[in-house]
Amino acid sequence: MSRYTNRTREWVGPYAHYDLVKELCIALGVMTLLAVVLTILFSSPDEKPSTIAQWSTAMPADFVTTAVSELDGTSGTAEYGPPYNHAAEGQHATFLKPQEWLGVSHPIDTASAYVYEPLQTIPGDAAVRAATATYKAAPAAKRKQWTEAYSQALEKATVGPAGTLKVAPGEYGPVPIMMNALLGLAQTGGLEGNLLRSNQFFQSDYTKPLLFMADGKLLEERAEADHLLGEQWGMMNETGSYPGQSWLWLYTFWYQIEPFKASENADILVVLLMTVLSLAFLLIPFIPGLRDIPRWIPVHRLIWREHYRSTPSPES
Amino acid sequence: MSVGATPPPSSGAPGAGASGAGASGAVASTSQGKRSWTVRTREAGVGALPPEKLLPDGQPTYVDSWIYVFGVATLAALMVIVGSGLILSLKGPAWWHDTGVGHFFNSIHLWAVELFFFTMVVHLWGKYWMAAWRGGRARVWMTGAIAFLIAIPAALTGYVSQQNFDAQWISTQAKDAMNSIGAGAFFNVTNFGQMYSWHILLFPIAVVGVVAAHVLLVRRHGVVPPFELAERSKPPKQGHPETDGAPS
Repeated sequence: MSRYTNRTREWVGPYAHYDLVKELCIALGVMTLLAVVLTILFSSPDEKPSTIAQWSTAMPADFVTTAVSELDGTSGTAEYGPPYNHAAEGQHATFLKPQEWLGVSHPIDTASAYVYEPLQTIPGDAAVRAATATYKAAPAAKRKQWTEAYSQALEKATVGPAGTLKVAPGEYGPVPIMMNALLGLAQTGGLEGNLLRSNQFFQSDYTKPLLFMADGKLLEERAEADHLLGEQWGMMNETGSYPGQSWLWLYTFWYQIEPFKASENADILVVLLMTVLSLAFLLIPFIPGLRDIPRWIPVHRLIWREHYRSTPSPES
Repeated sequence: MSVGATPPPSSGAPGAGASGAGASGAVASTSQGKRSWTVRTREAGVGALPPEKLLPDGQPTYVDSWIYVFGVATLAALMVIVGSGLILSLKGPAWWHDTGVGHFFNSIHLWAVELFFFTMVVHLWGKYWMAAWRGGRARVWMTGAIAFLIAIPAALTGYVSQQNFDAQWISTQAKDAMNSIGAGAFFNVTNFGQMYSWHILLFPIAVVGVVAAHVLLVRRHGVVPPFELAERSKPPKQGHPETDGAPS
């Protein structure tokens, strides 16, 4: 790029007193006051988080249906692909496959993580251990037959006393024994601790329980009630009537229209588009056309109206 | 506002740093002193931004519009964010859920963020219509744009660190965008510990650092002057030197 020497001339006109520090102090006072007033008027949202215990108690059929899908590998997480497993390639845009390239960094075997391992922690329950062993030893086709039949039966399940589930009799193999035990563990709050378990005493990674809950319907139902779904511009909203992340409006906008709305690769397409737009925003000073609009549409006449009023035109 | 009290700030020529170097007296004048990294850093700093340019007590008379308020308002809102964030971090991430005082400071933090983005967007639009990158001020524009772009994930990490339903929902939704571009491999929005670290340390350092660079560049280059009247009526035919952002 050539280096222009004919830059905007340095201002040689009059200067006026201007107390920058005083201006900053006043601005700080005004902004603090505004934040306090908005706090007093509107506070801030803090809806309690959902727990697996609440989910399994309030929606036992959905909880068990989700757990069965984790067991037979048909849940959203089980079929997600990287960074959780190799079940899918992940999203791509033409030859760009960063999700696949970065690989499985947070491995989750849903059957083990959400069913086998939690069931192993139930002490002294020989029936559950035998059922789990029977399930693991069965051929894949048989296991699929059991879980599909049980999932269909769960659609008509009724909730019994103390949150237990009643399903019509059928060929479900050991699946009901496993699921009833898992449901009981979840309703007592034991499953949450299980999913946070690692080699460390202190925990801060909620990936496993969050993905499990996201595979079910509880979070989605709460989100829909609070207008947080994707089709409700949910990515920029927050609970209640708060402005949320309104600065994400353009990012969220693309999800509302085709071809992004129906695309299986919507996320990567929208992120790439926003990356291009962000670069354009960053590089406006170097992009002909974009950098010339302020000259063509003279909003600056309004901004500097006092200056232009007091400065005679060279042509006049 | 009284006019004509202060002369235009001196240019940022290397010679401007002479006064700063002179303060070190004989030491700086020796060959050993001139090789000193400390002296060179001081001379470069004072040369680039002499005190009267860093904190001038006058501005060109064209700096006379309400739009200029939004820059300093953005800076002030950032200060409120950092201040309220410091108080929240002193007591830990669970404090604001359990106490009224904690909830009050969380609300201050939230509304300061909303005010920050609002004033920053108005400031950005104002600077766009001024074509504020003119006259070798491209870096001023770019640091402002970067501040805006970095502030977005800084806010997102705050939303997913709230430990409430918003955090649950936003993190399980945001993970798909992160994972789709491979970022999920090292930036896991469902990992509270990681997000909290980014939110209270890494992103604040980045935002404050970029904003500081932006403000220093504004002080170095001065406030962009108005379009000249003739220039508005007769734009140059070859290129746009006035809109070229070549750094000085």
